[in-house]
Amino acid sequence: MIECKGLKKTFQSENGAFEVVKNIDLKVKENEFLVLFGPGQCGKTTILNMIAGLETPSEGIVTVNGKEVHEPGPERGVVYQTISLFPWLTVMGNVEYGPKVRGIPKEKRRATAQHYIDMVGLQGFEKSFPVQLSGGMKQRAGIARAYANNPIVMLMDEPFGALDAQTRYLMQKELERIWEQEKRTVVFVTNNIEEAVYLADRIVVLANRPTQVKAEYKINLPRPRNYVDPEFLRLRMEITDAVDKTL
Amino acid sequence: MKRVKKSNYAWLSVLSVGSVIAIWWLVTDGLHLVSTVAMPSPVKVVQTFFVKLYDPAPDGSTLLENIGSSLQVALSGYFLGLIIRIPLGILMAWYKKVDMFVRPLFDLLRPVPGLAWITVMITLFGIGMLSKAMVIFLSAFVACVVNSYSGIRQTKQVHLWVGQTFGASNLQLLLHIAIPTSLPMIMTGARVALGASWMALVAAEMIASDSGLGFMIQQCRGLYRTDVIIVGMIAIGALGALLTYLLSLLEHLVVKGRSSSK
Repeated sequence: MIECKGLKKTFQSENGAFEVVKNIDLKVKENEFLVLFGPGQCGKTTILNMIAGLETPSEGIVTVNGKEVHEPGPERGVVYQTISLFPWLTVMGNVEYGPKVRGIPKEKRRATAQHYIDMVGLQGFEKSFPVQLSGGMKQRAGIARAYANNPIVMLMDEPFGALDAQTRYLMQKELERIWEQEKRTVVFVTNNIEEAVYLADRIVVLANRPTQVKAEYKINLPRPRNYVDPEFLRLRMEITDAVDKTL
Repeated sequence: MKRVKKSNYAWLSVLSVGSVIAIWWLVTDGLHLVSTVAMPSPVKVVQTFFVKLYDPAPDGSTLLENIGSSLQVALSGYFLGLIIRIPLGILMAWYKKVDMFVRPLFDLLRPVPGLAWITVMITLFGIGMLSKAMVIFLSAFVACVVNSYSGIRQTKQVHLWVGQTFGASNLQLLLHIAIPTSLPMIMTGARVALGASWMALVAAEMIASDSGLGFMIQQCRGLYRTDVIIVGMIAIGALGALLTYLLSLLEHLVVKGRSSSK
């Protein structure tokens, strides 16, 4: 499905070459929910951007369904960390933007957009502008927009990072519900361990500076998960301990 | 909340205009502090206004004819300017080659005030509408180009990424993302240019014209008709404010979903 082979990224700075990502080998299976988990300033976003085709690897290749990635493409939907809705378009305008670019006729793309607006629970807000929405609603719209283009892969870069704790829990539950309803291969970046254990089929723990794979955990807990289930808490502690040693 | 407060203080705006008129009346008709030839009273100006509506004396056209002539020149020069300057700024910001080609010419022309062109325009086109429209076209050249240029430059990387992941072409990125981003600044530029055009027009009419509000003022200067001059000045101020207001209405229609437009 998604395969990263020997992925490296170096940036040139005034003090010479600066290695951000070192030798990432990663395989993501179809419909797998993979979480890239690591501390603050590590190169998680860089890895995601290389899969998205927004950044070019210094070495190594990314393939999606056997096809090498050189540039962004509609089969890879991205949900961004920062608010990335177009402020000049309504919720409907934003969600139907992807199909519109691909030349889907108006009636058909409206129906698709409406389906995903309903799915993320934004019905009634089709005509609202982003400035009128709360942070959680904006990210719902962002998820709907990525889904409306019918990608085979969803790349999510700390989508709930800017939300308050309460909204964040709610959005984690919502995302899981949406993903159960319409399965996609997901690569989800976060630095929140609870979020990682709640959502992931598999967690890849990344070490810092340069970013490399430190450990992997399969999460086999039944869904939807319970944040205070003993096994959930045990996993959470085990992974936290492993990460603490990398800091 | 802000709106409510604004309307609560509306009386202050009425007070400011009212007190200027009151002081004006006091120094003229009220206390006779200045000669009525130098400064006619507000009552006299209102009378002259109604007379000037149908009387072409002393400059040869009624007030409405002068207004019509001024508006025609100002708006044609202004809109011609907009259709050329806004796309120019957009293309300069989006295509490096256009920027490199146009920028040296632009940097040379930019410090030259629009009015400096007036003699050249008169020798080329005479004292008709065209020479004045060209002066207006050239004045305020900077505001529109610079505003649409920097508006495009404000486009957010993440918005371009969104477009790219959806497979948008470079032209689609420009049309769907960069231009909508720049609209608020383009509209600001259009508003600034409108003010500049209107001012340049009156100055141009004083030098090269046979009608218009500036011409009317210029003619009355030699005849000591200060009452007509003040009617002309008020007409210029009121029309300028009205045009700016109409443009801000258009701005609210065009610029949507931005916090500034709320």
